Amino acid sequence: MSKIHIKLKINGQDMDGLCEPRTLLVHFLRENLSLTGTHIGCETSHCGACTVDLNGKSVKSCTVLAVQAQGADVTTIEGMANADGTMGALQEGFRQMHGLQCGFCTPGMIVRAHRLLKENPNPTEAEIRFGIAGNLCRCTGYQNIVKAIQHAAAKLRGEEFLEAAE
Amino acid sequence: MNDMSPNRAEREAKLEGLGCKRKRVEDARFTQGKGNFVDDIKLPGMLFGDFVRSPYAHARIKGINIKKAMKVPGVLAVLTSTELKGVNLAWMPTLAGDVQMVLADGKVLFQNQEVAFVVATDRYAAADGVEAVEVDYEALPVVIDPFKAMDKDAPELREDLRGKTSGVHGARGHHNHVFNWQIGDKDLTDVAFKKADVTIKELISYHRTHPSPLETCQAVASYDKVKGELTVWGTFQAPHVIRTVASLISTIPEHKIHVIAPDVGGGFGNKVGAYPGYICAIVASIVTGKPVKWVEDRIENLTATSFARDYHMTAEIAATKEGKVQALRVHVLADHGAFDACADPSKWPAGFFNIVTGSYDFPVAHLAVDGVYTNKAPGGVAYRCSFRVTEAAYCIERAMDILAQKLNMDPAELRMKNFIRREQFPYQSALGWEYDSGDYHTAMTQGMEKIDYQGLRAEQKRRQADFKAGKTREIMGIGVSFFTEIVGAGPSKNCDILGIAMFDSCEIRVHPTGSAIARVGTKSTGQGHETTWAQIIATEMGIPAADVMVEEGNTDTAPYGLGTYGSRSTPVAGAAIAMAARKIKAKAQMIAAYMLEVHEDDLQFDIDGFRVKGLPEKFKSMKEIAWAAYHSVPPGMEPGLEAVSYYDPPNMTYPFGAYFCVMDIDVDTGVYKVRRFYALDDCGTRINPMIIEGQVHGGLTEAFAIAMGQEIRYDVGGNVLTGSFMDFFIPTAVETPHWETDHTVTPSPHHPIGAKGVGESPNVGGVPAFSNAVNDAFGFLGSKHIQMPHDYWRNWEAAKSLGVVT
Repeated sequence: MSKIHIKLKINGQDMDGLCEPRTLLVHFLRENLSLTGTHIGCETSHCGACTVDLNGKSVKSCTVLAVQAQGADVTTIEGMANADGTMGALQEGFRQMHGLQCGFCTPGMIVRAHRLLKENPNPTEAEIRFGIAGNLCRCTGYQNIVKAIQHAAAKLRGEEFLEAAE
Repeated sequence: MNDMSPNRAEREAKLEGLGCKRKRVEDARFTQGKGNFVDDIKLPGMLFGDFVRSPYAHARIKGINIKKAMKVPGVLAVLTSTELKGVNLAWMPTLAGDVQMVLADGKVLFQNQEVAFVVATDRYAAADGVEAVEVDYEALPVVIDPFKAMDKDAPELREDLRGKTSGVHGARGHHNHVFNWQIGDKDLTDVAFKKADVTIKELISYHRTHPSPLETCQAVASYDKVKGELTVWGTFQAPHVIRTVASLISTIPEHKIHVIAPDVGGGFGNKVGAYPGYICAIVASIVTGKPVKWVEDRIENLTATSFARDYHMTAEIAATKEGKVQALRVHVLADHGAFDACADPSKWPAGFFNIVTGSYDFPVAHLAVDGVYTNKAPGGVAYRCSFRVTEAAYCIERAMDILAQKLNMDPAELRMKNFIRREQFPYQSALGWEYDSGDYHTAMTQGMEKIDYQGLRAEQKRRQADFKAGKTREIMGIGVSFFTEIVGAGPSKNCDILGIAMFDSCEIRVHPTGSAIARVGTKSTGQGHETTWAQIIATEMGIPAADVMVEEGNTDTAPYGLGTYGSRSTPVAGAAIAMAARKIKAKAQMIAAYMLEVHEDDLQFDIDGFRVKGLPEKFKSMKEIAWAAYHSVPPGMEPGLEAVSYYDPPNMTYPFGAYFCVMDIDVDTGVYKVRRFYALDDCGTRINPMIIEGQVHGGLTEAFAIAMGQEIRYDVGGNVLTGSFMDFFIPTAVETPHWETDHTVTPSPHHPIGAKGVGESPNVGGVPAFSNAVNDAFGFLGSKHIQMPHDYWRNWEAAKSLGVVT
């Protein structure tokens, strides 16, 4: 099958690669570009482990073709750290609030939460729960994920989050 | 470092030992996308394997044509049972003493069974190859309903067992019979039932479901022909057992097999067993001489690897009219699917289901379990529970509620009346277990007070009156569940897997500068062992947890262990860790005595070192002792500071808890709302409360899913109806309730640090709490028992059958 040259920006860097027209974005990221932080959990766009940010929107990269990302601006979990390499607010929030266990859903969850907080910097608990409903977690029961996102939201607003992980 | 007591609190805090809500060391890599899961592994020249699967639940295979597939660009090989027979691997042994086809041999026995394995240059080419394989099937009649499996005219499923009137677990009475297993005193139980004032009898079904961790099962196999060595990276909860099994069924000696479980994205029992995918990846690597990756997709995961439950339990209780239980009789019809691939300790065909007497003082009991074959996927794994313990807890907790209803007694009061009392421990149960410790009355009372149980019952009474008066269409249920688990398999006297005793192990090496590495025979799949194991070591031998690196999952470096499942890691490996640390501490004491020029009996351990009794200024820290261990040990002593411990536990541990669920159900729509869920857990000594509570949240969410809708369902033709996350219920953050957690602490008397294990308690105790809430809500309308799962539709059906909805 003839291959297509895909050029796109990932985490601020120009990247490119050759892939078949049918190649899914998640496979392009993981296998062509070795960005393995984005995971595959269901292939049917239910679980959200493959969530990336595509041109300012959360998408499930298991149901987007790589060719659809031609020229796009993509952010993955590998782009969530601060510019100085320290952990970003969400990464720190997940660690502080025990928002992860096996860690498999975490990249998608953090990338999704990143977009959620861009759209709504001060979400209520209900808004967070609704906002991450496209991302499944089998380990945590979500309670501490909600707190992790609240922790990050407070930090990004320059406030302190006083609650502890439960 | 000779500073003194003013800094005790600071020194303790620095250790981050037992009881500390230590933040997890695993999180740095997982939050940055730097985990190393199996599918992240990329080796030079690596190929990809994918399965051709059966669309039929039962069919004869008349032929397999691979010609077209071999012409597909990128396809290099197609394995069928013919090729596997050449290496004697067409069938593999199961952990339960049965055999299972690796690739279909003559027939298929369940939908999506593995028929052929296509090996190609990448996953897309492999999928193309799968499409091009032509299989000629002749459909056969199916057996889906386990209650019809042993009918006289039921189709014979396992032709390979024809004429075998007994299996490893005793006599088979029918061609679709797996085993009959009995325990307890039948005669005394029968007598008690004859004499009883009150009896109840109910068929309580626990439907088929699936653990479905977010990462599916996967492996990369790489065979080095020159060295004759095989390396397998895989999603293994028990890597050492996988290595031993691989060696036993292949011709490769065990020391030339390297099994590595890297980061594993959840397990919940799904990743205990050996699957055809692992075997095929290994054979394909041997055949092609290249590394081969196999990654299950979600549909394959849900339909082919390791279902859970499918237990149909007829429970009977005999009691006095005052509500004192006299006897328990349970018969289980266990649907094992096409092959008995239960991941139970080998001598236990129904796992530890004989914990079914629960938390109650039953003088006598009798249990019989019949396993049957059906045209469903094999498995029967312990989905976030010890072996068949969640089925047992569900059975007894529903039965106690049914008895309470019959006696017109409050379900909490009935439980309090029948609890094993604190002074009865260690307690011998009527079905053969010795419960190590417990304080059920305290836990139950604490829970009832915290949720204002009496207030809730009063509110329920008012609301029932309102419903009957037509003022509301909502009914209210209060689910009570008090569970006792049996975990920590287990003592070699009664637990083994394929002959290997179920001990666990730890090796600790303290480096000259006072930091350490600990290698353990377990394998975390999210439990946070890298964090918590270091905490045990910190408290036991005075080295800060931050200075202890924990490593698991590599069979070349970790001591042999039986792995992580059945909440066995803390009860067994946790004990091994403490014992290894104590060995090091004992040697450290001798070195410290030599350094301080005193007798070792004159020393006492003090947080992070040894102090001379009565001369508190004379102190040697563990850091100083570690250095000394490598350059100035006492004469005659070997240098170094390391230890290995293999721990064979004297008994299981018996965590328990009191759970309460408050639920409102709209009868016209069946829609429920979980208003409150309170979980009190007693897991003995608590190593890291943050991790414990996180595990309780996760386990409760799984229990919620199972009780309220999650199901692997088949139609009459044997087609799986719930084969993707579209139909298989995994709760999102929106429908998941808020969890309230609480605890009491009753340490295990036989465990070195008193810990009992907790990860599975919430699933075991949670399911009956939800189901009892639904049943309790409908009870006043005349309902006795409604089968799970309690989704909206079934709730509405229940309301209809009770005549409150037309």
